[in-house]
Amino acid sequence: MTQQAEQAPPTPRARTPKPSGGTRGRGAQSPYTLAYPLAFLALLLVAWFLVTLGGLVAPYILPSPVDTWKAFTDNAAYLWTHTLVTTMETVVGFVIAAVVGVLVAVFMVYSPTLERTFYPLILFAQVIPKIAIAPLFVVWLGFGASPKILVAVLMAFFPVVISGISGLRSVDPELLELTSTMGASRLKTFWKVRFPAALPELLSGLKIAATLAVTGAVVGEFVGANSGLGYVILQANGNIDTAMLFAALIIMSALGVLLFAIIHVAEMFLIPWHASHRNRG
Amino acid sequence: MYAGTADRATGSEPSMPEGPMVDLHGVDVTFESKARTVHALSAIDLTIERGEFLTIAGPSGCGKSTLLRVVAGLTATAAGEVALRGTPVVGPRRDVGFVFQRAALLDWRNARDNILFQAEMRGLPKVWARRRADELIEMTGLTGFEKAMPFELSGGMQQRVSLCRALLHEPDVLLMDEPFGALDALTRENMNVELRRIWEATGMTVVLVTHSVAEAVYLASRAVVMGPRPGRIIEEFTVGIPGHREYEPTLENPEFHRIAGRIRELLGSTATAD
Repeated sequence: MTQQAEQAPPTPRARTPKPSGGTRGRGAQSPYTLAYPLAFLALLLVAWFLVTLGGLVAPYILPSPVDTWKAFTDNAAYLWTHTLVTTMETVVGFVIAAVVGVLVAVFMVYSPTLERTFYPLILFAQVIPKIAIAPLFVVWLGFGASPKILVAVLMAFFPVVISGISGLRSVDPELLELTSTMGASRLKTFWKVRFPAALPELLSGLKIAATLAVTGAVVGEFVGANSGLGYVILQANGNIDTAMLFAALIIMSALGVLLFAIIHVAEMFLIPWHASHRNRG
Repeated sequence: MYAGTADRATGSEPSMPEGPMVDLHGVDVTFESKARTVHALSAIDLTIERGEFLTIAGPSGCGKSTLLRVVAGLTATAAGEVALRGTPVVGPRRDVGFVFQRAALLDWRNARDNILFQAEMRGLPKVWARRRADELIEMTGLTGFEKAMPFELSGGMQQRVSLCRALLHEPDVLLMDEPFGALDALTRENMNVELRRIWEATGMTVVLVTHSVAEAVYLASRAVVMGPRPGRIIEEFTVGIPGHREYEPTLENPEFHRIAGRIRELLGSTATAD
């Protein structure tokens, strides 16, 4: 942001140092310091290892970390192929949900009639257990990627709409009155005022949506698939190959965390001005 | 070039009609809710001349903010006529500059870009707008803070940015709705002195709403006092303290005392106000 501003119109005073607040270098101190969670994770791994060590628990109930690691390495190619399938379904589902969700939010904010008409229906679609309608999608769309994508879309859609509506409504009403004395078009007001003001809430919704999209894709795979991490889990379950099941679970969580992290990084570039991204003392 | 650009800025006709800047005749404003109808303004007659600094003082709920909003075309009237620069006010007017009590800045833009927002929304020539913004930054003492984000600025500095934004397009009239109401006493005094200085230097028309008696008298060439339920003008004073007004000497001026005392009496008889 600061660099961007520096490129902006050259003025005699462009390089005057900022007297207030000092320079706030970003990223110097991330609130997501990795040391603590990593240390806790290591502790969990040790505990896991110790529990499985003395043969206290049968391996088919809780495989040791070593067995799980072996499941990873022995089946690297197999797991990679299926990870790619699930990733594709998740990302496509997430992107569709994000685009459609934002559009729906915009239309509902600008038209009370549309909101009254569609809000109850969207809520209805949200409260239906996705796992219960997933078989229907298989009937309609077959065994390909589309029913999984559709479940991912359905899962991710709701938080995008809700956060989008609330974000677009969070704009300062006095700011809107001010723009009305500037004679700007509604479109210009939207892009320069409403949309940027909505970004913080919208991005929070997108974070939730990203993690839900993974769940959606896997739920879709559970119902009927011959590829993807959900399929891997079902296969491993059938073979009582718990180590493989663990491996697939870990990849899924990693996928969700990765998508979440991508949006978090995007936030630092898109809304560095927001309270959640200013440096905390 | 300068005047031509200003015309484009405000969307005004090239030949400015003479006559008062603002003219209100028998203006009524009512707010209807399910329970009742509130008479916010009743039979307001007010003429504001070009180059006047008019302050409107009154207790909370007397409709003084509503009056300002009526002039800007932000609030619709139930009856009466409102004219700005000789043309009837029928909707939000582009030829005004508006300052709210809260600075209402865009959090994601630095001070200078917040000021230039006015130019972007109006589609004013960029080079002209930047030069004008730099002039205003200097005039309001924001030099050195151009790149600061709103959250890095104090309330007083934020309000200076808001003032620059309101002045960027060289509006015919500057409307200020309790602009310094949220500031601490000392900052408020400083802002009063600077606003007065800017007005003395530019000779523009300013209408400022306040509930501070000292502010109302110090700044005004004419002060209007309003009373509540229904909102109406009770009395008006021409503040005969000519020329440049230093802060402390003005507050000790007998004319200031006379008017401030009389306004306090008026406000005390309608409601408790400071």
